[in-house]
Amino acid sequence: MRPLAFALPAVAALAVLAFISLLVGVSDVSVATIVRLFSHNEDDLATQVLVASRVPRTLALLLAGSAMAVAGLLMQMLARNHYVEPSTMGTAESAGMGMLVGVLLWPDMPVFAKMGLAAVFALAGTALFLAVLSRIRLRAALIVPLVGLVLSGVIESATTFIAYRFDLMQTARSWMTADFSAIVQGRYELLWLSLVVTVVAMVAADRFTVAGMGQDFATNLGLNYKRLVAQGVAVVSVVTASVIVTVGIIPFVGLIVPNLVRLVVGDNVRKSVLWVAWAGALMALVCDLIGRLVIAPYEVPIGTVMGVIGSAMFLALLLARRKRMGG
Amino acid sequence: MKKAANLSLLGTPVRRLWLLLALALFASGLFMTIDVQAEWSFVLPLRGTKLATLWTVAFAIGISTVLFQTVTGNRILTPAVMGFDALFQLIQSVLAFTVGVAAMQIPELARFGMNVGLMVVLSTTLFVWLFRGQASNLHLLLLVGIVAGIFFRSLNNFVWRVMDPNDFVVLQDRLFANFNTVSRPLLALSLVVIAAMGLWVWRQRHVLDVLALGREVAINLGVDYQRAVMDILVVIAILVSVSTALVGPVTFFGLLVSNMAYQLMHTHQHRYTLVATVLLGALLLVGGQMVLERMFGFNTSLSIVVEFLGGLTFIYLLVRKTRH
Repeated sequence: MRPLAFALPAVAALAVLAFISLLVGVSDVSVATIVRLFSHNEDDLATQVLVASRVPRTLALLLAGSAMAVAGLLMQMLARNHYVEPSTMGTAESAGMGMLVGVLLWPDMPVFAKMGLAAVFALAGTALFLAVLSRIRLRAALIVPLVGLVLSGVIESATTFIAYRFDLMQTARSWMTADFSAIVQGRYELLWLSLVVTVVAMVAADRFTVAGMGQDFATNLGLNYKRLVAQGVAVVSVVTASVIVTVGIIPFVGLIVPNLVRLVVGDNVRKSVLWVAWAGALMALVCDLIGRLVIAPYEVPIGTVMGVIGSAMFLALLLARRKRMGG
Repeated sequence: MKKAANLSLLGTPVRRLWLLLALALFASGLFMTIDVQAEWSFVLPLRGTKLATLWTVAFAIGISTVLFQTVTGNRILTPAVMGFDALFQLIQSVLAFTVGVAAMQIPELARFGMNVGLMVVLSTTLFVWLFRGQASNLHLLLLVGIVAGIFFRSLNNFVWRVMDPNDFVVLQDRLFANFNTVSRPLLALSLVVIAAMGLWVWRQRHVLDVLALGREVAINLGVDYQRAVMDILVVIAILVSVSTALVGPVTFFGLLVSNMAYQLMHTHQHRYTLVATVLLGALLLVGGQMVLERMFGFNTSLSIVVEFLGGLTFIYLLVRKTRH
C-alpha cells in the first residue's frame, strides 16, 4: 500500500525534473522538439542538440547521482558509520590519483583501462582507510569521518603534488570537480556500468543490511563477513571509478542522501536502496540545474554546487546531532 | 641511550631554543646565498622578500595555533583546522564580488584593515557559537570545523565561478599571493602587525600559562577568563588574516609545528613553546622551500608538501589519542 502511494509521485517528480533538465541550455530545445523526436524523424538543429547532448547529459546525471548515493549507502553499512561516503574516506581521491598515474604512464589509454586503473587505486585507498580505522580502538562515531576527511586531504595533496610536478594541474582539476558540461553522446556510456553494479548492490541488499549489524552478528547468520566486506568495497570502488572517469568527483551525495532517506525509511537496505537511488538522481538533477541557471549562459560545475549544498547539509546533520546530545 | 645523550647536551629548554635559533638562522643564511647565478643586487631583494614572507607566516601561524590550543585546551584543534583560513578567503572573495573592481581601488592597506575587521567579528562569532556549552564533544567540534572549512572553500569556489572573470583576475593577482609573489606593502604591513601582536602575546605569556590550566582553575587564580579569551581570539583572528593574506590557507601546518614544539620543549610554559613554534616553523618553511627549489627545481608546491605531512600528523595524533 504505502510504497506505491509514495512511489508514483516520486517517479513523477523525477520525470518532471529530468524533462526540465532536457529543456535548459544555451541552444533552444522546446517541448515541441521533444515531441517531434518521438513522432517523426526530423533532422533540425534542435533535435540534434537534444539527441547528442541533452539526453546524454540528463541520463548521465540520473546514473551518476543514483550510483554515488547507493555507493555511499553501501559504504555506510560496511564501515558501520553513518558519516562516510567515497569522497570523505579517500576512495574518490585515490581513484583520481589512479587517473593521474594512468595519464602519466600511458596517455592514450582506452577508457576502460582508465577506469580499471582508477578502480584499483580506489580499492587500495579504501583498504588504507579501513586499515587506519582498525588501528583506532575507540571507534567513536565521529572519529571515522574525521580520519576519512583528513586522509582524503592527504591523498589529494599527494595527487596535486604529482600533477604540479608534471604540469598536469589542469588535467587533474577536471576530475577533481565533477562537471557534466562535456557530456555528449559517446562520452557517458561507461555510467551504464555503474547502473549494473548498482543493481547488483540492490540484489545483495539483505546481506549488506546484515553486514551493517557487525561481524559477529553476520557470522552467526552464516555469512562470510570478510568476503562480504571485500565484495562491498569492490562494488563501491568500481562505481566511484566509473563516475570519476566520466564526470569527476561528485562530493557529498553519497553522504547526504542515505542519511536523509534513513530518517524517513529506516536502516533496512532493501527498503531504502531504491529511495536512495531515486533521491541521489534527484539531487544530481537539481544541483546541475542550479549550476546551469545561476550564471547562464555560462555554468557552474556540479561539483562546486554540490560542495556548497552538500557541506551545508552535512553541517546541518552534525548540528542536529549536537542538539540531541544537548551541547 | 640516545635520548639521554641529547638531554645532557641540550638539557634546558633555553639551550634547545638557542640550537633551534641557530638552525633557523643557518637555514635562512643558506637560503639567501646558495646557488646564486644572477647579480647579487637582483637576487638579494628577491630572496629577502621571500625569506621575510616565510618568517612572517611561520610566526603568524605558529603563534595563532599555540594560542588557539591553549584557549581550547586541546592539541588537535587549530584555527586552520576549524576553517578560519577559509573564512578569511571567503570574506575577501565576497567583498570583491559584491563591490567589484571598485574594491581594488581602495588602498591595499585600508582594504586589508577592512578584511581583518570583518574577520575578527566573524571568526569570533564562529568560535563562540562552536564552543558554547561546556560539554562540547571534541570529535564533533573537529568534524564541524573541518566541514565548515569545506563549506567556506566550496562557497569561495562558487563565488569565483559566478564572478566577472575580469574581477576574478584582479582578485587573484591582488589578494591571493603565494610564497613567491608577495606584494611588498602588504608584507611590510604584516610585519608591523605581527610585531605588535608578538609584543602583546609575549607580555601575556604568564596569563596564557594560567589559562592553559583550564577555565575553572584560571578563574580561581583571578584571571578575567571571558575577557582574556576574547582578547586572544581577536589576536588569533588578526594573525590568521595576516598569514592567509600572504600565502593563502594552509590547513595542517600549525598543527605540525605546535606539536613538534611541545614535544621538543617538554614544557607547557608559553615563553618556551611560543618561541619554539615560531623557530620550528621558520626552519621548516625556509628549509623546505630551499630543498624544493634547489633540489627539485620547483616553486610554489611547499604548501602542498606541508599539507601532506600535516595531514599524516593529524591522523597520527588522532590514532594515538584514541588509543588510551
